Amino acid sequence: MRGSRKPAIVAVAVAAALAIAACSSSSSSSSSSTSASSSSSSSSAKVTLTWWNNGNTQPLLGVWQSVAAEFHASHPNVTINVDPIQSDLFTTKMPIALKSDNPPDVFQQWGGGQEATQFTSGKLANLSSLTSSWITELGQAAAGWQVNGAQYGIPYDQHVVGFWYRKDLFAKAGITSPPTTIAQLESDDAKLKAAGITPISLGGGSRWPDAFYWEYFAVRECSQSVLQSSIKAINMTAPCFTQATKDLTAFMATNPFQGGFNATQAQTGAGSSAGLLANGKAAMELQGDWETSVVPALTSDKNIVSQLGWFPFPQVPGGAGASTAVLSGGDGFSCTTGASEPACAEFLQYIDSTPVQEELVQKGGVGLPANTAAETVLTDPALQAAAAAHRNAAYDAEYFDIAFPTNPGQALDTALANFFAGKGSNETIINSVSSSSGH
Amino acid sequence: MARTQSAPAAGRDTASSRPAAAGARPPRRRRGLRKRVELTALLAPAIVLFIGFVIVPMIFAAWYSLYNWSGFGPLNDFIGVQNYTGVLTGPVFHQALLHNVIIAVLSLVIQLPISIGLALLLNRRVRGRTFLRLAVFAPFVLSEATAAVMWYELLQPGGPLDALLKAVGLGGLIHYWLASTSLVLYSVFVVATWKYIGFGIVLLLAGLQGIPPELREAAAIDGATPWQVTRAVTLPLLGPTIRIWIFLSVIGSLQLFDLVWIMTLGGPANASSTMLTYQYTNGVQRTEFGYGATVSVVLFVISLVFALGYQRYALRRDTSGALTRAVT
Repeated sequence: MRGSRKPAIVAVAVAAALAIAACSSSSSSSSSSTSASSSSSSSSAKVTLTWWNNGNTQPLLGVWQSVAAEFHASHPNVTINVDPIQSDLFTTKMPIALKSDNPPDVFQQWGGGQEATQFTSGKLANLSSLTSSWITELGQAAAGWQVNGAQYGIPYDQHVVGFWYRKDLFAKAGITSPPTTIAQLESDDAKLKAAGITPISLGGGSRWPDAFYWEYFAVRECSQSVLQSSIKAINMTAPCFTQATKDLTAFMATNPFQGGFNATQAQTGAGSSAGLLANGKAAMELQGDWETSVVPALTSDKNIVSQLGWFPFPQVPGGAGASTAVLSGGDGFSCTTGASEPACAEFLQYIDSTPVQEELVQKGGVGLPANTAAETVLTDPALQAAAAAHRNAAYDAEYFDIAFPTNPGQALDTALANFFAGKGSNETIINSVSSSSGH
Repeated sequence: MARTQSAPAAGRDTASSRPAAAGARPPRRRRGLRKRVELTALLAPAIVLFIGFVIVPMIFAAWYSLYNWSGFGPLNDFIGVQNYTGVLTGPVFHQALLHNVIIAVLSLVIQLPISIGLALLLNRRVRGRTFLRLAVFAPFVLSEATAAVMWYELLQPGGPLDALLKAVGLGGLIHYWLASTSLVLYSVFVVATWKYIGFGIVLLLAGLQGIPPELREAAAIDGATPWQVTRAVTLPLLGPTIRIWIFLSVIGSLQLFDLVWIMTLGGPANASSTMLTYQYTNGVQRTEFGYGATVSVVLFVISLVFALGYQRYALRRDTSGALTRAVT
């Protein structure tokens, strides 16, 4: 489900937030337009930007609309046509749009290998020089939107994967502090089981949550350089990847997951893996920062978010990877080539300005802003912990399925899901990306 | 029968209140022209739509299937039949095809007898007949997506179905309905049966209404038992309806997608995959549109071969009369 993860997440997040606070900002939210990006650098020629984004449900829908209106107010020569599109549709709409003569001027971009695939259309605008004055403010978050070292997309939020856990269930099982090594995690699993609690929920039916485990073991086992060169070469024959499979096999042998996890979906309903966590049927889930916006809709417990804590993926003794490295990703936008490029770049700068970033966090259901200056408005301690882990990470490793071009990325997800279902081996995982005949 | 070529034309002309005198009739050539204009005007919209939305996309799909194409950039990596080799020799595709065939066979073996039985029952004057007919037809009215989400929830481990089994003392029968690779296909089949049985029943009920009651009465007067009447009179006369149902059912089985996709994504580990989930996973999600087009073409050919073969050998008797009549 490559194309649909982040999007689905945002959609669910959005739905979740809406269900909880049905009163939130649907119409023009008080413009915090203390004019973030001082306007008027572009010429005064009239420009119309067509903006394809995946905020097709509230609250993001309303936030994007007000952002477009605010930008137009401060840049009267730029008119923005907001065109919200359901996430999955980007998979099929973008190839057609990028072949046509008038693709959207701004469109949803998840970066990585998918962006590199789109780059081959020749229609993606190189934003490096247009954004060089401020892109450094985003830190390493922007790196995931580069192709061959040039900036072809800009993130507006970031995601980091880690363990979400229920503090009440940990206390019930007598666990005083979150585990920091895999051995501790396994012994905590045993304690939870002894207390009659399913240790970890896993949404194997949705496939991509399975991949987080193997990818995190690989991030811990492989050095940063091996990781980067393997992704670049689309080749995972380095021994550390095989070691990751061994680690995963050993971990799975301790049966940490709920029964029937192969058919459990990630975010749909109380029976989903997020729903199991939300309803106290499982103590932990390895998920992205979006979890806090997903769980409220899946339970009647109004205090569920304050019940959750966060800890990073544990250390794996002997691994060559940094123990603080995180698996991450994010959402962003690309511009298409043409006369609208400067206005588009300015618009993306506006989206990443601190006031808009704060608005996204406070009203748009965004977990972690791309501009870390806006992290000050994070109030949830668990999200703050996730943000801090991301900030202090030795380096980021982008989810592999996004980092690879789409085809091998999806092949890897499928191979990993099959492995979790008991079909396949280390070879099928390793070979999935190099022989795209993994069909 | 006694009509000649020109007689109908004369009839038409009278109807259009023109003088019936032979001399006033338009020349044959003009009549032919008018007929052609009429035909063109009436058929053109349908033909344009059919060509634009069926024939042309099919040609495009066949063309794309010869390329390695991610959807971006020009169509310039011609690879001949390599995609076809990939699809036809791939074990995952074989598995998906097998699943389609299993669903089709199970439909014939299980759904058909149930449909016939229930249709015969609901055709009799039983108390609450309208309600019962409504009840069996209701699932068919639901969208596939709704039915799939509903059953996904019902089949959760520890979900309503498991609770029900436990409550009636059948706790031993509880399984991971959707998580077990050996069970999931059959779970999906049960849901498909629940969803589509109403359609078969309504179709067969319509067929039953078309059987003149005199035939049954005559057989009964001749001393046939109710079973004999059913077997020797009703079922043979229901033949055309049953043959149409089989046709629709097999084509539907070959094209099964929504239900499976929402409940299982074809998983776990392809255990409930169908040709279309395979196409979506390997064509659309991987942005391998050339490969995806190939799967579509293969599925199209399989469906076409079945459809033509079935028409030729099974449906000919039922449709031949209708077709020849329609021609004049």
